[in-house]
Amino acid sequence: MKEAAVAAAEQRWSDALAAARLLATLPFGIGGARVRARPGPARDAFMEALLGGLQAGTPVVRIPAGADVDRLVGGLDLAATLGAGRPLISTGLLARASGGVLVLPMAERLEPAAAALVATALERNEVADRLGRPHRAQFLLIALDEGEGEEAIAPVLAERLAVHLELEGLRPRPQLLQEPGCPVDREAGLAALADLSEALGIGSVRALVLALATARALADGAQLPLAEGDLALAARLVLVPRAWRWPDAEDQPDETPRPPQSPESSDAPGPEAADLAELLVEAARALLPPDLTVAEPKAGSRYAAGAGRGGGRAHAAPRRGRPVGVRAAVPRAGQRLALVETLKAAAPWQALRQREHPRPGRFQVRRQDMRVHRLKRPAQSTTIFLVDASGSAALARLGEAKGAVELLLARAYVRRDEVALVAFRGAAAELLLPPTRSLARARRALADLPGGGGTPIARALELAGDLALGCRARGRTPTLVLLSDCRANVARADGLDAMEDAEAAARALQLAGIASILIDTAPRPRAEGPRLARAMGARHVPLPRVEAERVVAAVANGQ
Amino acid sequence: MTPVFPFAAIVGQEEMKRALLIAAVDPRIGGVMVFGDRGTGKSTAVRALSQLLPPIRAVAGCPFNCMPDRSTCPVPCGRKRGRATAEVRPVPFVDLPLGATEDRVVGSLDLEAALTTGEKRFEPGLLARAHRGFLYVDEVNLLEDHIVDLLLDVAVSGTCIVEREGLSVRHPARFQLIGSGNPEEGELRPQLLDRFALSVEVRTPTDINERIEIVRRRDAFEHDPQKFVEDWRRADAAVARSVARGRRRLDSIAVPDEVLALGARLCSELGADGLRGELTLMRASRAAAALGRTDEVTSHHVAEVAPMALRHRLRRNPLDETGSGARIARALEMLLAA
Repeated sequence: MKEAAVAAAEQRWSDALAAARLLATLPFGIGGARVRARPGPARDAFMEALLGGLQAGTPVVRIPAGADVDRLVGGLDLAATLGAGRPLISTGLLARASGGVLVLPMAERLEPAAAALVATALERNEVADRLGRPHRAQFLLIALDEGEGEEAIAPVLAERLAVHLELEGLRPRPQLLQEPGCPVDREAGLAALADLSEALGIGSVRALVLALATARALADGAQLPLAEGDLALAARLVLVPRAWRWPDAEDQPDETPRPPQSPESSDAPGPEAADLAELLVEAARALLPPDLTVAEPKAGSRYAAGAGRGGGRAHAAPRRGRPVGVRAAVPRAGQRLALVETLKAAAPWQALRQREHPRPGRFQVRRQDMRVHRLKRPAQSTTIFLVDASGSAALARLGEAKGAVELLLARAYVRRDEVALVAFRGAAAELLLPPTRSLARARRALADLPGGGGTPIARALELAGDLALGCRARGRTPTLVLLSDCRANVARADGLDAMEDAEAAARALQLAGIASILIDTAPRPRAEGPRLARAMGARHVPLPRVEAERVVAAVANGQ
Repeated sequence: MTPVFPFAAIVGQEEMKRALLIAAVDPRIGGVMVFGDRGTGKSTAVRALSQLLPPIRAVAGCPFNCMPDRSTCPVPCGRKRGRATAEVRPVPFVDLPLGATEDRVVGSLDLEAALTTGEKRFEPGLLARAHRGFLYVDEVNLLEDHIVDLLLDVAVSGTCIVEREGLSVRHPARFQLIGSGNPEEGELRPQLLDRFALSVEVRTPTDINERIEIVRRRDAFEHDPQKFVEDWRRADAAVARSVARGRRRLDSIAVPDEVLALGARLCSELGADGLRGELTLMRASRAAAALGRTDEVTSHHVAEVAPMALRHRLRRNPLDETGSGARIARALEMLLAA
């Protein structure tokens, strides 16, 4: 087993170097690469291989942290213009990178508007600046994704980058020799890639387009006709990282009727499409992580993209929203200059300034005159439901809890709030529904809620706490609603008393200042409920027979 | 000009293409909402359609796409010696980006003019540029609330009113709103959803041969765009001709009383809210008939457009997920058999 893992790691590193070489030839058609790794020797070695392989004079532009739409797009630089008294245009970063490489570190923190902009530029090869003028912007994007766990680069960007590399944990080592293999006809290659992406459960057609483009770029880069090795490498770089399931052993690649081969290809020597597909499947199998489970692809996890961990993205002032007044400040990233207020502030000083520094015909603006717009977003809340699905809660109460969540969802729909659902039973707590306003998903998650098992309250509180802090980092107000009979019998670690562990987790929540409500569903009044509520700092609402409307009323009064 | 992928070369997605053609034949119908996963060719189709349509006549150099014979331009454009020179330009296609700020959408003070010459000039926003064309809003369900309010306002009144930063400007903004989005990522507010006349669902194709064909065509386009466009020019031209013919014939198509009755019975059977459903049904069926060769609307046309016109108007309860497509099909079957 260990040898297999080592061999897989060697292959992955070797592939990464091959990808670096490919990217250095600037194949714009494949969009670029997403490199998931923390800063370290592996990532450095990869970037060195890439940047070192570029031709002299190729533009390489790095997007600084916190860059916003204005810097990317370019246009009139307001603050500088006011200072100098004549229009100063700044070239956007995207236009500056045209014909070369755009490097994006901390890609997971790029704000959604900027990500959408870069994705559009990748597709159209041009970008319109603030003044509406189009500029050519054809570049290769290298997105360095430093996210951990759920945090990841915005999907709209990730899907346009052909190559996805996972360098975490790899050590730089000498590259393996790749055998080119037999030349392959393009139609057969396309059919084989299509079969493979089907076997791996990849729905997106764009992935298939990019895989083919990558294979061709590999062949063109070596100035050789398309060969098996190119297809296999393209499959490993583009399709395998997007896999959702294991290729089925029983699935025969040539089950579906193959369209007739075009006449020109019949005389080209090469393997049959079926053999090729099998070859690719084998290559993919070697690289798939052993714990890849059969699961439905998570449609756009909004919670993940861009959510900072801990104190990450705390914005003192929101960047979007309704303008409500101005305040004195020099405009920085994301802040918009309030031109009229600035000019109004500077107007009374003109006579004095002209006398001191005569500049005929120029309107003199100083730093203290500058005003920026203040934006306000309506406070939006997220309600996190923690539902005790263990054996101690009766099946009926589970049904009522679900009913309550549905009613609250309907209410949240009107108020534009979000709802999340965490269920706990057995030894674990599970996030069944990440914060969402999407009723389609809420419905589905609720329908699948299973019941039975132990009551791991501590773990549930811990999970809910993490979730709440994440919501807060995104600027939303979290509220926790725990529905349980509070009879904890599973602790987070062996040897701990379950109830004490639960209270410890509860106290952590109170320290974090997360508003909560405990809906006690114990059939008879017990001491555990109020004790846990006190530890959480929560309002204790005893509801021996849970009824959906009363839960809703309790939450409504509490908010 | 960067070549655009031809409309006729788009594989599959028949319902979406049909809805777009119907909207193109009769712009009074309203917008189209396209629900679906990422990467299903939504924006490709809309962009391709705007290229296909006959170009419009506008005043030369006018950023508001003013018609040459009207004088509604807020900024006197091209009126040299009292006469406006007309030019021909393609149908405007404007993308509303995800992070668009209010002043980009509506327009604002022209900063360059203000700072250099001290002139107070209005810089038109995206709505002005979209006048007489298409406004494509990707991921419309993630749009900021106050931008949604703005779009609703302008879509209803057809005029964009700007009162800010010392400006007071009013200009016409009549455009076809095409929205796209994945309902998994957020709900669309009912007021905005209702603003869309037609709605379609697109799904990633599962047939492997279809997928291969999509990739084949996409690859050929990327490899040699000019040649690809040239190869499909005739097919595209045929579509353009059918749209032009549809527009000409639109007013002469008759809507018999039985068809109107069918539409009314269908809407009441399905419990569609308000009258907009019926109006859209009637207009869309007429446009569908105009695209074909018949002179009057038949129940077939109604059956064809009913799902597009009604599927997003049927939810009684925000949590109700019962497939509206199935309900519409059943109701149609029952009414047509009678």
